[in-house]
Amino acid sequence: MATEAHAPTASEYIVHHLQHMQNVKQKSIVDFSVYNLDSIIVAAVLGVVGCFVMWLAARKATAGVPGRFQAAVEMMFEMVDNQAKTVIHNATSRKLIGPLALTVFVWIFLMNAMDLLPVDLLPVLWAQYYGAVGLDPHDAYLRVVPTADLSTTLGLSSSVLLMCLFYNIKIKGLGGWAHELVSAPFGTSKNPLWFLLLAVVNLAMQIIEFVAKTVSHGMRLFGNMFAGELVFMLIALLGGYAALSATGVLLFAGHIVAGTVWALFHILIITLQAFIFMMLTLIYTGQAHDKH
Amino acid sequence: MENVLGLVALACGLIVGLGAVGASIGIALMGGKFLEASARQPELMNDLQTKMFILAGLIDAAFLIGVAIALLFAFANPFQLVA
Repeated sequence: MATEAHAPTASEYIVHHLQHMQNVKQKSIVDFSVYNLDSIIVAAVLGVVGCFVMWLAARKATAGVPGRFQAAVEMMFEMVDNQAKTVIHNATSRKLIGPLALTVFVWIFLMNAMDLLPVDLLPVLWAQYYGAVGLDPHDAYLRVVPTADLSTTLGLSSSVLLMCLFYNIKIKGLGGWAHELVSAPFGTSKNPLWFLLLAVVNLAMQIIEFVAKTVSHGMRLFGNMFAGELVFMLIALLGGYAALSATGVLLFAGHIVAGTVWALFHILIITLQAFIFMMLTLIYTGQAHDKH
Repeated sequence: MENVLGLVALACGLIVGLGAVGASIGIALMGGKFLEASARQPELMNDLQTKMFILAGLIDAAFLIGVAIALLFAFANPFQLVA
């Protein structure tokens, strides 16, 4: 950054880092023709890596004394399995939802863990590549944390919503679920006028509940990861200013201390958020099994 | 334009500050109750601990979403007047 002709200001630096690699320029807040290619590619690669690691553990599994790797995977598996058993009481549903929860946990953990890479590492390499093939390196946008992209997290939570709708219909039947939609949470009545009134209110409540669940599910993960990413950028800026000013040594010490502390704290956050996302997936699909 | 930016800066401070107050009160209440409960029934400590961590994440989330929005306003402000 310091070797460039004009170093970007703090604001420019942050804005540059918040720009996705996209197929077209985003025109409005909701624009379905835009694909955030960086999020898609990183998420897909990490999904493959996660599946490969778990497959490796399953292939090498022995009934005897497990090695460290197998023991770690087994502990994680048992943790997810126990949580699934406490929340979902239907054994056939658990055959699908249990592995789903494990996949969600591993995948989101890996995507969150991209936050722990140095913020400038991959974007700078990408800009170098861009320069090497003769394009302007300033146009090389890359965001490496897929879960700090609202599209990814809302996509994940929408998939959970679809699972909930599927299990609502599968367990209760279309009629049973339709009955629940108009009779929960406020009950129903024999009187036709009251029935209609309560049905409208109940249906509105149910719609609000589903929307609120899904949006908060996605926003929670996004908010945590986005804030974490921004704080890492601010810490990186601290190091950038250290090179410019006379009292740079103090700033540089602050950069190292703040970076270390935040990275350590972030290890807790990424694990916790992956765990919470998994737990909420289990709880929401479990709620779809409850009869009112 | 200066006026708009000043108000946004104030808003960022309020978002982070009030969010922090709420999250701190929430975590404090929950942590206190957790310690009380596990002092009374130490055998429940492990069960309660996982639940406490989930709830800590849930309480933190609203605050952290607020922080993310405030930081976004601070650096990539969408409310600027386009000249």
